Amino acid sequence: MERVMITEVEKTFPNKEKNQSFTVFKDLSLTVEPGEFVSLLGPSGCGKSTLLNIVAGLDQSTSGKVKVGDTTIKEPGSDRGVVFQEAALMPWLTVLENVMFAINKKMKKEEAKEHATKYLKLVHLSKFLHSYPHELSGGMKQRVAIARALSMDPKVLLMDEPFGALDEQTRMMLHKEVQYIWEETKKTILFVTHNIRESILLSDRIVLMGTRPGGIRKIYTVDLPRPRVPASPEFIQLEQDIMAILGGEIEKVMKEEMGDDFNSQKASLLYGTDRNMGNHI
Amino acid sequence: MFPSPSGSVQQLYIGLFETGILATALAESLQRIVIGFTLAVLIGGFLGVLLGVSKIADETLGSLVIALQSVPSIVWLPIALVVFQGGAGAIYFVVILGGTWAMTLNVRMGIKNVQPILLRAAKTMGYKNTELIWKVMLPASIPSALTGARLAWAFGWRALMAAELIGRGGLGRTLMDARDFFNMDLVVAIMIIISCIGLIVEYFLFSKIEKKVLSRWGLTNSGS
Ligand SMILES: Nc1ncnc2c1ncn2[C@@H]1O[C@H](COP(=O)(O)OP(=O)(O)OP(=O)(O)O)[C@@H](O)[C@H]1O
Ligand SMILES: [Mg+2]
Repeated sequence: MERVMITEVEKTFPNKEKNQSFTVFKDLSLTVEPGEFVSLLGPSGCGKSTLLNIVAGLDQSTSGKVKVGDTTIKEPGSDRGVVFQEAALMPWLTVLENVMFAINKKMKKEEAKEHATKYLKLVHLSKFLHSYPHELSGGMKQRVAIARALSMDPKVLLMDEPFGALDEQTRMMLHKEVQYIWEETKKTILFVTHNIRESILLSDRIVLMGTRPGGIRKIYTVDLPRPRVPASPEFIQLEQDIMAILGGEIEKVMKEEMGDDFNSQKASLLYGTDRNMGNHI
Repeated sequence: MFPSPSGSVQQLYIGLFETGILATALAESLQRIVIGFTLAVLIGGFLGVLLGVSKIADETLGSLVIALQSVPSIVWLPIALVVFQGGAGAIYFVVILGGTWAMTLNVRMGIKNVQPILLRAAKTMGYKNTELIWKVMLPASIPSALTGARLAWAFGWRALMAAELIGRGGLGRTLMDARDFFNMDLVVAIMIIISCIGLIVEYFLFSKIEKKVLSRWGLTNSGS
């Protein structure tokens, strides 16, 4: 459990061909408290993944700094577990070996095996220890990826749309599982999503991001008791509040991408609050 | 003068079990191909990883390898015979050269095609530099390396036979000797051995391993 401090971070991609650069966001600051569950929500292209990758150390920020606990992030490390939208499992390793892959460097083989088994049990995959990734469903693969990230006992868990590619039923089941894991392990979690309902269901705080200029638009504190009920009036109210602002941001993105063809009335029919938004609908 | 089936089979039996000239020749050829093939796979594998990992190496050596690959390795024999003073080294040289480039290009491709997400994931687990090569890139490119090895064997075997026809020892030389004695039955017997070796290794050994690897890597269409 550790605090994540993002201070005045800027990310600019240089464009070599046209000699013009593109700033995704700048002066972005955000602090995630120890043990807190924070979601990053925003339209496609606003830089959610970029920000998460900077915290992971996979991307370098142009300026500013990120600290996890007392250490300034320079490169990826096992103090931060990352779960991507794709499970990114090594296809030649079994489920058990995939989880052991994360901890093999830190402990002896027998110990790693025991440890990995424990975490696979946590995500209810004890029966599939010796299966290969291609023998698993998408949801199961994602659970292996979660177990793998957790097995390193990271201080922070970073998740980039971990359930984005899954069907609704699987996703709902994994929401329960993530909540359970979060309560059990008390990890600090930074969670990227397109899905408003998902963010309300899981987070302590929701960070709403926008584009042009990129950055944080608004931060919502979700003060609802857990487990949260999507049908409750408070839930729906918050959903609509967020939708109002996010809808405006998405419209901006679509206008940008489609030019004058864009018709906001037609477009508003295309997205509902529970949909994956901004995914180049 | 013309070979007959029964005569060929008879020669095959005599050569393998009575005089032993075929058995000796076969052993010699097999030793050459096994050593040559192993070296081709090792050298080609190393070069392939180098070209796949290093952009500078790829830009400088990459097109050279493609150019070399298009030259049948037997073409090198005259030079090799001079350099190795007609010794067995010349034959090994040609066999190794025959297999190396196919291996190099396939391993290079395997390394280049490793899904970036796997490398990113490994980095988040604390893997760096050479560890990434050993633990992610190499295992991920095993299926293409296998294709490379298969080709290396095929090219190597053909190069060996061609080289032995001109050089010394082995099945190729025995084939030429048989022709010089107008023993066409023996010629056919040797051809049978040559094609059997090729068949057994290419279709039984390699395709068995390939099937195993592809299913483990989840690359087969059936079952997934
Ligand atoms: N390597 C790159 N070079 C140039 N621009 C990039 C690069 N990577 C990302 N971008 C740009 O940075 C912006 C932010 O990208 P990012 O992937 O962080 O968005 P996102 O919010 O995660 O979107 P999505 O919800 O679709 O995943 C985008 O406009 C994208 O075009
Ligand atoms: Mg993204």
